[in-house]
Amino acid sequence: MSAADRNKRTVTLLIFGCMTMFGFGFALVPLYDVFCRITGLNGKVDLVAATPSEVVDHSREVKLQMVATNNEMMPWQFRPETTEVKLSPGEMYQTAYLARNLTSKFMVAQAVPSVSPSEAAPFLQKINCFCFERQPLKGTEERAMPLVLSVDPALPRHITTITLSYTLFDITPEDSTQLTLLGRSSL
Amino acid sequence: MNTSVAATHHHGPASGIGRWLFTTNHKDIGTLYLWFSFIMFLTGGCMALLIRAELFQPGLQLVQPDFFNQMTTMHGLIMVFGAVMPAFVGLANWMVPMMVGAPDMALPRMNNWSFWILPFAFSMMLLTLFMEGGAPNFGWTFYAPLSTTYAPPSVTYFIFAVHMMGISSIMGAINIIATILNLRAPGMTMMKLPLFVWTWLITAFLLIAVMPVLAGVVTMMLMDIHFGTSFFDAAGGGDPVLFQHVFWFFGHPEVYIMILPAFGIVSEIIPTFARKRLFGYASMVYATASIALLSFIVWAHHMFTVGLPLAGELFFMFATMLIAIPTGVKVFNWVATMFRGSMTFETPMLFALAFVVLFTIGGFSGLMLAIAPVDFQYHDTYFVVAHFHYVLVPGAVFAIMAAAYYWLPKWCGRYYNETMGKVHFWCSFIGVNITFFPMHFIGLAGMPRRIPDYALQFADFNAIATVGAFIFGFSQLIFLYNVISCIRKGKPADDRVWEGSHGLEWTLPSPAPYHSFSEPPQVK
Repeated sequence: MSAADRNKRTVTLLIFGCMTMFGFGFALVPLYDVFCRITGLNGKVDLVAATPSEVVDHSREVKLQMVATNNEMMPWQFRPETTEVKLSPGEMYQTAYLARNLTSKFMVAQAVPSVSPSEAAPFLQKINCFCFERQPLKGTEERAMPLVLSVDPALPRHITTITLSYTLFDITPEDSTQLTLLGRSSL
Repeated sequence: MNTSVAATHHHGPASGIGRWLFTTNHKDIGTLYLWFSFIMFLTGGCMALLIRAELFQPGLQLVQPDFFNQMTTMHGLIMVFGAVMPAFVGLANWMVPMMVGAPDMALPRMNNWSFWILPFAFSMMLLTLFMEGGAPNFGWTFYAPLSTTYAPPSVTYFIFAVHMMGISSIMGAINIIATILNLRAPGMTMMKLPLFVWTWLITAFLLIAVMPVLAGVVTMMLMDIHFGTSFFDAAGGGDPVLFQHVFWFFGHPEVYIMILPAFGIVSEIIPTFARKRLFGYASMVYATASIALLSFIVWAHHMFTVGLPLAGELFFMFATMLIAIPTGVKVFNWVATMFRGSMTFETPMLFALAFVVLFTIGGFSGLMLAIAPVDFQYHDTYFVVAHFHYVLVPGAVFAIMAAAYYWLPKWCGRYYNETMGKVHFWCSFIGVNITFFPMHFIGLAGMPRRIPDYALQFADFNAIATVGAFIFGFSQLIFLYNVISCIRKGKPADDRVWEGSHGLEWTLPSPAPYHSFSEPPQVK
């Protein structure tokens, strides 16, 4: 092979390598999500209802803290009914988060949960959660959004405090016709 | 064009500005890269002096916080992408063909392109300083959403400038790899390559692997800002932490891109002035390669405090500490090379020795930062600033200066003024340590980085650091004067230049002829 041919081959291979790595950069986006979902890292929580466990472990109590955060520019009032509670693993607990639309307009919100420490995330079982569906509120309307949960008795013993945090996002559709349709169907 | 190329082939360089604009000669392009990086070094250095002047005393004296943030951002970007990386590419352009016995780089026309993109990229980036809303102010790591949702409008120009720098680096890397793999002289086997060539080969592969990821991450930013996607916006289902993962997947190999060629330079200089062969050549090659491979699996040590799971913290902590082993191999090899050597202390050797000592200090503070539990205290403090300046200034920058002094007689056929070189060295050495050593203390005491004002308790050490910064900054003018007077009226140099020099580049006349090794040399 002549030097020019060898150069051509080297350059082709290296440009191919560059393209692959550019693609890999974008592939990291879904890969990262998939990785967290499989391993349960990053406190990612399944958004499906869990079946409650039948045994209650009365030998210990876990402190459950509840936190509410508004995402930027989300003009609702959003807070937990109770901020802290002590639960025995397996015990069913019912509470609510209070939301109030402070604007005069119809809005739709979605709450996204996060659990800290992330190790506890798979053991916090939400039997019913307002985060499973979107929350439409008319202007100035207020609602108590129900939350039923229990802590799996299989929770590792070294975890004594679990923080459950909800962040509220504004997902009001920008299209106004869609907005009224959506409002009618879900209210 | 063909005729003029043929003409220059026989008669040396073209005359006038055209020589520099259209040149495909590796020596010309190397010179352009080196001067460009020196101008960028002074530009970024002026910004650093402005930062240090503001921090001389607590309170706001000279600049407003937003402009201070623009200065820290631009200082970082210019030094990383404008000063250190082009300087190494310039050295590679000059030295790699001469060291492997090639007549020029493998792809000379592309070589011209990869340089001439840079002045445009940096003009665009520097012009953002005069735009409405100011220059980028989100730090050189440009974390989203600070660099997307809350960024000044100039961020779009920043993104395109980064794209251009990336293209330039990738083209440079392709060229260097093609030269090393395809244009070696007969007998120059891979395990006979000078270490500077080896380290650059590995660096070039790192560039190919991670610059496209950087291009990817700024493209995602661009789409988030202008095209309504939500890669890094939680409200749209994205994740700001994802930005940090993708950025540092580029960012960590990037810091090795800035240090591996320095390892190569020091591995050339120390044997010359110790008058001994490099100790452990093969282990140096393998150590460099393993540092490069490890650099891909340690990125999250920059993000210990984002809420990584325990397993992640532990993995990245131990993987990071593992890097100390090949790095230790290198340091011990340099020391063993000097052991019982007949050493002399010319300026390149002084810079190389300072590199070994001060880079090792930076390596140790890196090990401290690698320990996840203590990193929670050090994170985003001046301790981090002290660490990476120790590996980049007396690390990468000192190595570049050592290389400039070492090969300058070969490049222009004249010796620089040795006394002036030593004065430059000692001013730089003292200045660097006065600047960055106190930052360890104020960092451990809790001073956060990237702030224009600070608590009174940090005042004394900050004042000392500022004095050191001005000593270091202004002593670079000695270097500039020395280089210019060397080019103009230095004492003529012979072919070997240094008594203990070895390698193909020293078999050429000084100054190296415009076209060298038209007939490949035989390497035994």
